[in-house]
Amino acid sequence: MGRIQGYAARINGFAVNLRPRRASTSVMAASTTLEPMTMTMATTDAVAAEEFSRMVQTHRPQIYRFLLASTRDVDLAETLTQECFLKAHRNWSGFRGESSAMTWLMRIAINLQKDHWRNRRMQFWRHTQTNSVDLDEASEWLPGGESSAEKQMLAKEQVQHVWRAVKGLSERQRTIFLLRYVEEQELSEIARATGLSEGTVKAHLSRAVARVRTELGGKR
Amino acid sequence: MKANEFVQLKLDEAAGDELLEQALSNFRLSVHAWSDDAYHRPRTVAAVSSQRIWRLAAGWALSCALAIGVAVGGVQEHRHRQELARIAAVQQADRQRLAAEQLREQQVREEDELLAKVDNDVSQTVPSAMEPLAGLTADEDSQ
Repeated sequence: MGRIQGYAARINGFAVNLRPRRASTSVMAASTTLEPMTMTMATTDAVAAEEFSRMVQTHRPQIYRFLLASTRDVDLAETLTQECFLKAHRNWSGFRGESSAMTWLMRIAINLQKDHWRNRRMQFWRHTQTNSVDLDEASEWLPGGESSAEKQMLAKEQVQHVWRAVKGLSERQRTIFLLRYVEEQELSEIARATGLSEGTVKAHLSRAVARVRTELGGKR
Repeated sequence: MKANEFVQLKLDEAAGDELLEQALSNFRLSVHAWSDDAYHRPRTVAAVSSQRIWRLAAGWALSCALAIGVAVGGVQEHRHRQELARIAAVQQADRQRLAAEQLREQQVREEDELLAKVDNDVSQTVPSAMEPLAGLTADEDSQ
């Protein structure tokens, strides 16, 4: 086995250089007597990189989906997803596994999303440049398996109403609502990802659901 | 009833609402379908060709020329209007001066005519009682 100077992991379309920072000095300074130790460290890093790469492949679609639903902007969701994994890679060594990797990644994604909206509010002149699709376009995607045209129409109408309600929610309520009803996360998981107590999550969720119900009630 | 229990009750109610459940399920499936499609769609990055750069540069140059043309035209038009206004003001002043002169001349003429008429009237109508005096004046003049 030769020295591992650096390697790149391909994360569905973009390459992240996974150069092992901790081991690099040891590897470079290794003498013949330290060769077995150097190899062990390099192997550990390779394993860590492999683990990270696997985690990216497993969780990337879910993170992307959450960000897409939050922003309704395909390009922005892609950018924020990449930023999320870059940030995760930078802090990978600090991840202790106290929560699941998904919860950890989701927390990063929520913070990135929050930062993004905060920056947008500061840069008010950029409001016109948003690429978010409108609610009608977002509702075009219908669940498969609906047989009749009538059912399709009904489903589309329902989806449109839910989107309208989601648009009217506060940032926190929207995040919690999407985590619960799109990502189907447990309340405890949502609480960990958002850094809120379970009771607060329940309260926000209840308000969000009430809003959706009101929106749906309008068409009854 | 504690606030937490109340919220739980509300959430349970939501779970019991068939229409709401169906709508949320459709929403979830719709978002999943949209996300899957967007996720697997190949990203295309448009390469900027030199032709496009030239077209862009030409567009900018044309726009600049057009903007300068419009600005220069505007300035010229403004100056032209100012010149016309100045000429019109001069002509108006000339007309007023001429009219004033004519009026003054007419007044002078009328005054002269009046004086001439008065002189004429005075010289012709000498009262009869003044005839000897008039004759005396005529004799002194002849001497």
